[in-house]
Amino acid sequence: MLMVLCAGTALEMTTQEAAAQQEGRRRRRSAAEEAKPVELTSEQVAQLTKIANERKLNVDDLLAAAKTYTPSGRHDEYVLFSSGGQSGQVYAIGVPSMRLLRSIAVFTPESWQGYGFAGDNDPVLKQLEINGRPVLWGDTHHPGLSETNGEYDGEYLFIGDKANARLAVIDLRDWETKQIVKNPLTVSDHGASFVTPNTEYVIEGGQYATVLGYGYAPIEEYKQSYRGMVTFWKFDRSKGRVDVANSFALELPPYWQDLADAGKFASDGFVFVNSFNAEMAAGGVERGEPPFEAGASKRDMDYLHIIDWRKAEAAFKAGKAKTINGFAVLTIDTCVAEGILHFAPEPKSPHGVDVTPDGKFMVVAGKLDPHVTVYSIEKIKDAIANRKYSTRDEYGVPVLDFDAVKEAQVELGLGPLHTQFDDKGYAYTSLFLDSAVARWTLGGDYDKLNPEPAWKLVTKTPVQYNIGHLAAAEGDTASPDGRYLISMSKWSVDRFLPTGPLLPQNFQLLDISSPGTAMPVLYDLPIGVGEPHYCQMIKADKLRTWSVYPEVGWNPHTQSPDPNAPRKGQEGVIREGSHVLVKMTAIRSHFNPEHVEVNEGDTVTWRIVSLETTKDATHGFCIGGYNINLSLEPGEYTEFTFKADRPGTYPFYCTEFCSALHLEMMGYLHVKPKGTPTADAAK
Amino acid sequence: MPRFIEHLLGPRVAADELHARPLRYIVPSFLLMAARVLLLLSVFLPYWHMELDAPQYPDGLFLTAYVNHLDGDVDEINALNHYIGMRPLEQAAAFERAASVWLMVAMVLLMEGAALVHSRWAVLLALPAVGFPIGFLADLQWWMAHFGQNLDPSAPLSSSIKPFTPTVLGEGGIGQFKTYAELGTGYWLSVAASLLTVIGFYFHRAAYKPLYDRMIARGEV
Repeated sequence: MLMVLCAGTALEMTTQEAAAQQEGRRRRRSAAEEAKPVELTSEQVAQLTKIANERKLNVDDLLAAAKTYTPSGRHDEYVLFSSGGQSGQVYAIGVPSMRLLRSIAVFTPESWQGYGFAGDNDPVLKQLEINGRPVLWGDTHHPGLSETNGEYDGEYLFIGDKANARLAVIDLRDWETKQIVKNPLTVSDHGASFVTPNTEYVIEGGQYATVLGYGYAPIEEYKQSYRGMVTFWKFDRSKGRVDVANSFALELPPYWQDLADAGKFASDGFVFVNSFNAEMAAGGVERGEPPFEAGASKRDMDYLHIIDWRKAEAAFKAGKAKTINGFAVLTIDTCVAEGILHFAPEPKSPHGVDVTPDGKFMVVAGKLDPHVTVYSIEKIKDAIANRKYSTRDEYGVPVLDFDAVKEAQVELGLGPLHTQFDDKGYAYTSLFLDSAVARWTLGGDYDKLNPEPAWKLVTKTPVQYNIGHLAAAEGDTASPDGRYLISMSKWSVDRFLPTGPLLPQNFQLLDISSPGTAMPVLYDLPIGVGEPHYCQMIKADKLRTWSVYPEVGWNPHTQSPDPNAPRKGQEGVIREGSHVLVKMTAIRSHFNPEHVEVNEGDTVTWRIVSLETTKDATHGFCIGGYNINLSLEPGEYTEFTFKADRPGTYPFYCTEFCSALHLEMMGYLHVKPKGTPTADAAK
Repeated sequence: MPRFIEHLLGPRVAADELHARPLRYIVPSFLLMAARVLLLLSVFLPYWHMELDAPQYPDGLFLTAYVNHLDGDVDEINALNHYIGMRPLEQAAAFERAASVWLMVAMVLLMEGAALVHSRWAVLLALPAVGFPIGFLADLQWWMAHFGQNLDPSAPLSSSIKPFTPTVLGEGGIGQFKTYAELGTGYWLSVAASLLTVIGFYFHRAAYKPLYDRMIARGEV
């Protein structure tokens, strides 16, 4: 009894002691970071005024600087995960400092992260193959953070590749791409990726209609043979992977499906996808036909797709899908028969469809129409239940009566594209042609949150220039934070120093914390790495990022310790016939072994592990001439294989400045020419 | 029972005497029991901490010594030490750490014995426990000096960092590091055990010396 008591007390005290030690650490840090309340002396005011005048800054500029400047060592409140456009990558940016934190390699090999440079048959490169051809770039469009109950949970990030209809899964514990899936139905897409409220599915909306499954039909058969689609990728959170076998798609008429959003709360179970080219224009400017841009913009109305994804899932599980190119597809007829798909008219060639935080309204931005059109889920459900159809389209899909489902239309200005929300009952819509961000009021329960009347434009802030997407702090979740908004301005024209004929995009930070008409631009961040499309802003403290891998010998692809990882003391070179196995460890500041002898023509499998356990003690590993470079983060294990087909002496070295003896962290790969008289090189 | 053993064990307390003056005999037993418990507890608690601060380690590095193992950023400290030619910390006091738990158990058993021996010989049995805290510190100091003074002369940083003796308590420094070392809860428990033992023996002597003297006077031994 006494011993049990003693052990219990001891255990408790040990825990307390450890906690106290951590506490001491934190105390020291916070003491260093603690800022004293600012009281400017008249001398300091004069100094500040002098600098402001010398640099031609006005008071608003000074305030903007004070709102964004983030001293060394201070961390940002939010992280912006942005698509990288044609760079094929994702960029993470801190808000409000607008500092680039890092890039995440996704669809394009990236050498710093060692992404796609792990020898022959690199699984990264394999994964990037489409129909046997390596497709080594992507046009990343819409990042989608994983959600729980409609809130970002900080676990995963999805991103779509418009050019090649691919979807990537990034694990936010180590910020690495874990999986890329190729949509077997369509060549390109647009509306990826959007998640359902608990990330049951990741939605990928198509765009340019083709014959599904990489088929062929002449353009004259556009209406008969070309089809649109939306794919529901099943996400297996426990594995952190898309479960392709349990994913399915809906066949859709060849309108060009565009962006999507999943309903939540009142609209839970629905997915909304808008479209343009309900005209089914087939182009042909070279034959004297109207070009797509005219043909696809003739009609005043296109179709908002209202999809009951739970019914779709049930139909898929009931075996009602057919298979196209190995992928399950619910045909239009099935979708109609099962009540999965309804349309609602939407003006005109619209772009974004965005669900309000309470899930009660869907906001569709007109693009070619100066309004945003707001739909009510209550009215939509009523119209579906009571079959309030105005017509059916050519494919038999019921079209709900516009007036029966419309809640409001708010005139904002020219070129409305995308909408986000805040915590004060305001919505924010990007106006491409006006080059402005519009703030307007929502109705319903939101009306009481701000002084202005419902469904009214409040103010517009000019942005520079040609804004595409915008992103408010957690602005597409169930509880937006307000405070900050990013304008993803497509043109920068005169904002920055000249950079040749190719200009950076402009990410602009707006302060949306005050109600009413005050909504100033605080900061311009040039993005000279691609043309990003959408970004999402998550509260930084939601991310549970690893600072080092949990164990030495960690395989980031399996997110578990790898049994093949060499341990300290197991280093060596083992030969079996013409196959050589290298077991290598890396720690500041040496590789072990430092000499690897192989024969010309040998196949070399190289297993390398970083023995480091300290934050930021990253090593690189390259073999010049063999197109090999790895990033070995603390604890990371990697295996690669290559054919040593070119004889010679190849220095390998650490490519990440790791320590005072970084330059000495090297070794030699000796590839002995065929016919070299020395005996077996194996050690 | 042979005489010398009776001599060694000292007198037993008669039941009526115990009833008459219970505190007199319970106090020393209780104090020595408390000392044993504290000593056992201390095995689970840190004896010594060192924090190492350098510019590139804003959160600091920590080293914690228990009687039987080292904890904290041992790998990183070893990685750094190899640049100055210091041997891995695991090689320091290897015997002491391996033997420590047995040593502690032995000390507790000896004290158990001491509580039962009612002669002056009891002091001998308790001496190891009394001296343990000083012994621990002396051993720590010896190993630190031994490691610091015996750096590999061909180490990369041998021209910048000369052999040195790390500071075992308080503030010290080496290279770009500032070090702060202090004693841990476990150590203070062992100190408390040592003091309790000393105090316990004051009462032990007060209780049993009269009985012992009487026993001698009566010529019972």
